[in-house]
Amino acid sequence: MISNEVGYNSKVEGEVIVTRADSVINWIRKHSVWPMPMGLACCAIELMASAASRYDISRFGMEVMRFSPRQSDCMIVAGTVTYKMAEVVRRIYDQMGDPKWVVAMGACASTGGMYRSYAVMQGVDNVVPVDVYVSGCPPRPEALLDAMMKLQGKIGNESSVKNLSKKPESTGVS
Amino acid sequence: MIDDDFVKALLEGRDFISVKHRDDCLTLDCLPDSLIGFCKHLRDDQTFDLLVDLTAVDHGEEADSRFQVVLHLYSLIHKSYLRLHVACPDNQSPCIPSISSVFPAANWHERETFDMFGIKFSDHPNLKRILMWDDYPYFPLRKEFPLAGIEVPLPAADVAEVTGADVDPAPMMGGPFVASGNGRMSEAEPRAKDESWTEESEKPL
Repeated sequence: MISNEVGYNSKVEGEVIVTRADSVINWIRKHSVWPMPMGLACCAIELMASAASRYDISRFGMEVMRFSPRQSDCMIVAGTVTYKMAEVVRRIYDQMGDPKWVVAMGACASTGGMYRSYAVMQGVDNVVPVDVYVSGCPPRPEALLDAMMKLQGKIGNESSVKNLSKKPESTGVS
Repeated sequence: MIDDDFVKALLEGRDFISVKHRDDCLTLDCLPDSLIGFCKHLRDDQTFDLLVDLTAVDHGEEADSRFQVVLHLYSLIHKSYLRLHVACPDNQSPCIPSISSVFPAANWHERETFDMFGIKFSDHPNLKRILMWDDYPYFPLRKEFPLAGIEVPLPAADVAEVTGADVDPAPMMGGPFVASGNGRMSEAEPRAKDESWTEESEKPL
């Protein structure tokens, strides 16, 4: 009889799974992304919508929004970053434990958006390293969900074991 | 009711005010030295007890009286606004008395006006910047200040050191960016008014 099973079968393969450490670590990481909602403007409203029942970000394993940077590993910068606020964004980023990722949600966080003025930083990537940019003003929740799935894909391809012994790129600010 | 009799009674014995116009609401010019006393009179005796707005106008460097503070008061009894124009006597270091002792709501409005125009309000309880950071060297709503901004260091020196970021003039790229306000959404979104030039290719003459 030809089996159509594609999953793990303990009767056939025993109680042991053979895999690579990177795969396991990345698999764990990408399905437990704890976002830090850095809500600065109207994008934060869409961010809240993506966490609510209609869009339900928890389907992808990242519903645990933590307002403490110490407990989160993905900062979602949702809104206009002014020069006065940029300092705060950077400090909060530095307080997050490694590994950590940043999503620039919306036109303002990505490029300054329509605020071409003396007060607005032209893209949050001036102060923190951004992994995924989301277009839109503000982006719909679907766009944010797509960005988070892109981020999951990115996390899945990281060399996690090699990165364990690597020193962080920047020293960070206290 | 703001009628001719009201205005006549208000002006009587007060040579420090004059009627500027009555187009939309009664608009008075007021000398800075008498501002606090006149505001008290308006609040206590004329029922203009709601400070709606306090801001300023920059008439440009060539103007005789460059800075003018504008106050909007509202009376719930008259159901009417009253506008006060106060010209700042000195163009170099403009200064008028603070009315935050009369209208506590003026506190933050005056801080904003100071932040954006550099107009000082004497006897203000806490006159420091409210929108920009404390060390910011310019006054952004003055006429000579460019919309894109002027390069200065980032407010936090340690963040600037780690990231190499500073406060740069915003790229205008044919801007300012305005929405046309009509047509389809994809065409009405904010875009540069003049797309014939960017920072790389000069504006054609």
